[in-house]
Amino acid sequence: MQTSEERQRNRWLQRLRLDGPLLCGLLALAAISAVTVFSASGQDWAMTERQLIRIGLAFVVMLAVAQVPLDTIQRFSLPIFSAGVVLLLGVLLFGESSKGAQRWLNLGIVTIQPSELMKLAVPMAIAWFISQQPLPARKRRLAAAFLLLMIPTLMIANQPDLGTSLLIASSGIFVVFLAGISWRLIAFFAVLVGSFVPILWSFLMRDYQRQRVLTFLDPERDPLGAGYQIIQSKIAIGSGGIEGKGWLQGTQSQLEFLPERHTDFIFSVYSEEFGLLGVILLLVVYGFVVVRGMQIAMRAQRVYQKLLAGSLTLTFFIYVLVNIGMVSGLLPVVGVPLPLISYGGTSMVTLMAGFGLLMAIATNKRLVMHS
Amino acid sequence: MIKRRAPIRDHQAEAALFASRSIVALVVVIAVFAGLLFNMYHLQVLQHEQYQTRSNDNRIKVVPLAPNRGLIYDRRGRILAENRPVLSLEIIPERVPDLADTLRRLTELLELTEQQLAQFEENRRRERRFDQVSVLERLTEQQAARFAVRQHEFPGVSIEARLIRHYPHGEALTHALGYVAKINRNDVQRLRANQQDANYAATRTIGKLGIERFYEEQLHGNVGSQQIEVDIRGRAVRTLSVQPPIPGQDLILELDLELQQYVYDLLGDMRGSIILMDPRDGAIRAMVSKPSFDPNWFVQGISNEQYRSLLNSRHSPLLNRSTQGGYPPASTIKPHLAVLALEQGIITPQSKIWDPGWFEIKGVDHRYRDWLSWGHGWVDVDTAIVESCDTFYYDIALQMGIDTISEHMMQYGFGELTGIDIHEEAAAVMPTRGWKRARFNQPWYAGETVSIGIGQSYWTSTPIQLAVATATLINRGVRPVPRLLRSISDGHVELPAVVEQKPPVVIKNQANWDVAIRAMNRVVSSIKGTAHRAFNGASFTSGGKTGTAQVRSIAQGETYNAEEIEEQYRDNAMYMGYAPAVNPEIIIMIAVENAGGGGSVAAPLARQILDYYFALEAAHANL
Repeated sequence: MQTSEERQRNRWLQRLRLDGPLLCGLLALAAISAVTVFSASGQDWAMTERQLIRIGLAFVVMLAVAQVPLDTIQRFSLPIFSAGVVLLLGVLLFGESSKGAQRWLNLGIVTIQPSELMKLAVPMAIAWFISQQPLPARKRRLAAAFLLLMIPTLMIANQPDLGTSLLIASSGIFVVFLAGISWRLIAFFAVLVGSFVPILWSFLMRDYQRQRVLTFLDPERDPLGAGYQIIQSKIAIGSGGIEGKGWLQGTQSQLEFLPERHTDFIFSVYSEEFGLLGVILLLVVYGFVVVRGMQIAMRAQRVYQKLLAGSLTLTFFIYVLVNIGMVSGLLPVVGVPLPLISYGGTSMVTLMAGFGLLMAIATNKRLVMHS
Repeated sequence: MIKRRAPIRDHQAEAALFASRSIVALVVVIAVFAGLLFNMYHLQVLQHEQYQTRSNDNRIKVVPLAPNRGLIYDRRGRILAENRPVLSLEIIPERVPDLADTLRRLTELLELTEQQLAQFEENRRRERRFDQVSVLERLTEQQAARFAVRQHEFPGVSIEARLIRHYPHGEALTHALGYVAKINRNDVQRLRANQQDANYAATRTIGKLGIERFYEEQLHGNVGSQQIEVDIRGRAVRTLSVQPPIPGQDLILELDLELQQYVYDLLGDMRGSIILMDPRDGAIRAMVSKPSFDPNWFVQGISNEQYRSLLNSRHSPLLNRSTQGGYPPASTIKPHLAVLALEQGIITPQSKIWDPGWFEIKGVDHRYRDWLSWGHGWVDVDTAIVESCDTFYYDIALQMGIDTISEHMMQYGFGELTGIDIHEEAAAVMPTRGWKRARFNQPWYAGETVSIGIGQSYWTSTPIQLAVATATLINRGVRPVPRLLRSISDGHVELPAVVEQKPPVVIKNQANWDVAIRAMNRVVSSIKGTAHRAFNGASFTSGGKTGTAQVRSIAQGETYNAEEIEEQYRDNAMYMGYAPAVNPEIIIMIAVENAGGGGSVAAPLARQILDYYFALEAAHANL
C-alpha cells in the first residue's frame, strides 16, 4: 500500500518534472524566508505579502523551466550566452545607473538586468563548451573555457557588481573543476592568484577599496562608517546566543540598529531571533539542498547535465557561504543576498530558474531509467 | 593522466571522474559549513555575553530626569519665583540632516525673527553637551499647532514640554531674588569640581544671582533617571524603569512682597537702595536696589545686545546697590562715633564745645566747614546728634585718631562682609593707615581724620552694613547677621533658617548706649531734630539719623559723562531709622544717589515707608 502510494506520488511529481527531496528543501527555505522577512521588515504585512508573491512566482518559474526539454537547453546554451554578452555590452553603453552602479538595461517595454541572466547562461555555456569533448577536458579547451568565462565576469565587475561577478566566475570555475582540471593546474592557479594579491593591493586597487579591505579586517577601526554594518551584524548574531531572543524579539533588528536587515543582512536577524539552534537548522536545510543537488548531478547521464547541475548547486553553496561569511565577519561585505531567504525578487527568480534546470535534469534521468 | 586524442567517450570513466570531483566538492562544502558553524558557535556561545552587553548598550539609554526647582515664597506665602510649563521647540543638531535648510523652513513656518535665530546660534554654542538646543522657548498655541502638523518634515526637531522659571514680580525683586540662566562653561567646570555634574545632567539652568544662586543646592533637588529602550534614531520605544527625581526644596523668604513692591514703586526714577530689616534677628523685610531690570530676560537667554545695554548703562542696573554700593556713610555714623568718644573718655554727656561754623586744626590754615555756616554755638553730644553738628565730630575724630576709630567701627561691621545670604556683597572701605599705604602709598593725614568724623573721606559703606551698624547700636551691641531666608520647606517639614550673630560690640559703660539712642530718638521728636519735620504727626514713635554725603564719584567709583557733572556733584541723601523708638522692630536704611539732603529727601521717604509698614502690619494682624 505504502509503496504504491509513494510510487503514485512519485509519478505525480514525475509528471510535473519535479524532484521531491529538492522541492522539500526549497519549500523549507521559502517558509523560513516568509517568517524572517516578516520580522525583519518590522512586521510589515505588505512587505511580507510581496515576498510571498515573489516566492510563488519563483516556484512557477522553476516549474516552467523544468518543463523545457534538456536537449533544447543544451542546444541554446551558447546562443543564450552570446545574447547575454550583447546585452551586457548594451548595459555598458546605454545602461541605467542606480546607487552608483550601472546594471540595468531599458528595452523600452521592460527593464532587465542582464547579469542575472548570465548567472544561468555562464554555467550553461561553459558546460556546453567543455562537454563537446570527453572528460577530462584538455588544457587548451580549459584555457578557452576560461577565456569565455572572463568576458562576462569582467564586464559585470566593471558595472561595478563585485558580488555577482564573483558568483558568475565561480559558476564557470566549478564547471572547469568538475570537468577534471588537473590538480597540478589548480595548484598553479592558486600560486598565481596568491602572488597577484600584493600587486593588486599596491598597484590596481584604489584607495577607497583598500580602506574597505582594512575595515573588513578590523571593523572596529571605523565603527560609525564602513565598519558599522558588520559590527551591528555581529552584535545581532552574538547577542542571539544559543536559543535566540525569540521571533520578533530581536532588539538589534526591531529597533533598526541593523542596516539592510531584510535584504543582505537577514541572516543576522534570523540568528538574533532564533539563536545557534536556528542557525544549525538553516545550515542543515542548505546542506541538504546542496547534497541533493550534487546527487542529481552525479546521477545525470550526460556530461553537459552533470556539469550544469554540479555548477548550479555549488554556486548556490557559494551564495550561502559568501552571505553568511559576510554578515558574520569572515568575508568582506560584497552585497550577496542570502539565497531564497533575503527579501527581493530578482535573485530569487534566477535561483529558482536554476533549480528548475536541476529539476529537469533530475527527472530527465529517471525518465531514461524507467523507460 | 592519460591524454586521449580521439574524442571517444568512456561514459563510465567520465562518470567516475565527475563523481570523484563531486565528492571532493562535497567534502569541501561540509568542511566550510563546519567552519561557518564554528564561527557561529564562537559568536553566539563563546562571545555571547560581550555581544549581549553591546546589544543592550545599543538599545538602553539612561535618560536623566531634571528635578523641579523649588519655589520661592515671601514671608506671607506669596509666590516670588515659580515654574511655568511652556512648549519649547527643540533641535538636536546632530540628528538634523541639513541644519541650514531646516532652520530656513522653520523660519518660514513659524515666522522666526532674526533675533531668535541668533539666539539659537548662541544657545547652540553655549550648550555643553550634544543635546537638545531650544529654538523657541515659548511656542504660542498657533505655532505649536502649525509645527505639529508638519513635524514629519523636520527630523531632529520636536516640541518638548518644559518648566521654565518665571518671576511674576519682575524688576521689583531682582537683586534680592536673583535669577536662573542657562548653565554655561564656567558653571560646568564648577559643578564638575564639586562633583555635582551628574546631578545636573538634565538641568538646563542654574542660579546666577541673589537667592537663586546662594541657595542653589537647596532649590535644585536631585536628578532622577529613566531607563528607556530606544531605536536607532534615539526615539524612545518604551520605558524600562524610572527613578523619579527629588524636587528641590521651597524657600520662604523674610521679604514682604507688598512692602518690597511699595518701596520699589516709591523710589520711582531715583537711584539708590532701601533696606528694611528686623534689628532683633536680621530678617530682611524689603531690599530694593534701583535701577533694576527684568530677571526674566536672563531665564529665556538674554541677547548680547540686551546684556551689553545693561552692562554699559551709566546707572549700573546690574549692581546690587544694597550690598555692593559703596556710599560714604556721612552723618549716619555720628551716633556710633559719639558712643566711641564717650567710651574713650574724650567727652562726657555734659561736655560742650563751641561751634563757630567751622573747625581748624591748630597750626593749619584750613577751615572745615559745618553745614550750618553760622555755627551751632555751644554743642553737647546730644545736640551734635540731633542737629547733626559737624564741628563737634571734626573735633572728637581728631582727638580719637584714625586708629581708634577704624578699630572700633570695624566692630560694627564696617569694612567687612555682613554675611547676608547672597553672594553679591562688597566689603566697602573702613580706612586705616595700612590701607592707605597699600592703596595709595601715602601716609595718613590728620585732615583726613577730621573728615572721617562726618563719615566722609575714604570711608565707604554699603547700605546693608549701615543697617547692621544701626541694629547693633540700638541692640546695645548685639550685631545680627542680615538674612533673606525665613525657612526651607520640602513640602512636609518646614525648617527655620539659622539666626546668626556676629561678635557683639562690648562697651564698659552701658549708659553710653542710652546717650546715643536718646539723641537718635530726639532727631525725630525734637523740634530741632533733622528728621522732625518728616516724621511730624506720625502714628508711631521712631528714631534715626539723617545723612547728606558730598560725592565726588558715584557708588563704585565710576565716572560720569561730562554733561552729567552737575548731577554727579549733587549730594547723596541718607537716612537710617528705626521704629518704634522703644523696642524697635524695624530698621530702615535709605541711600538715594544725587538726590539732595538726608533730612529733606531721605527722611520723608522713610516716613512714607514706615507709615506703609505699620499699616501693613496692622492689616495682617487683623486678619
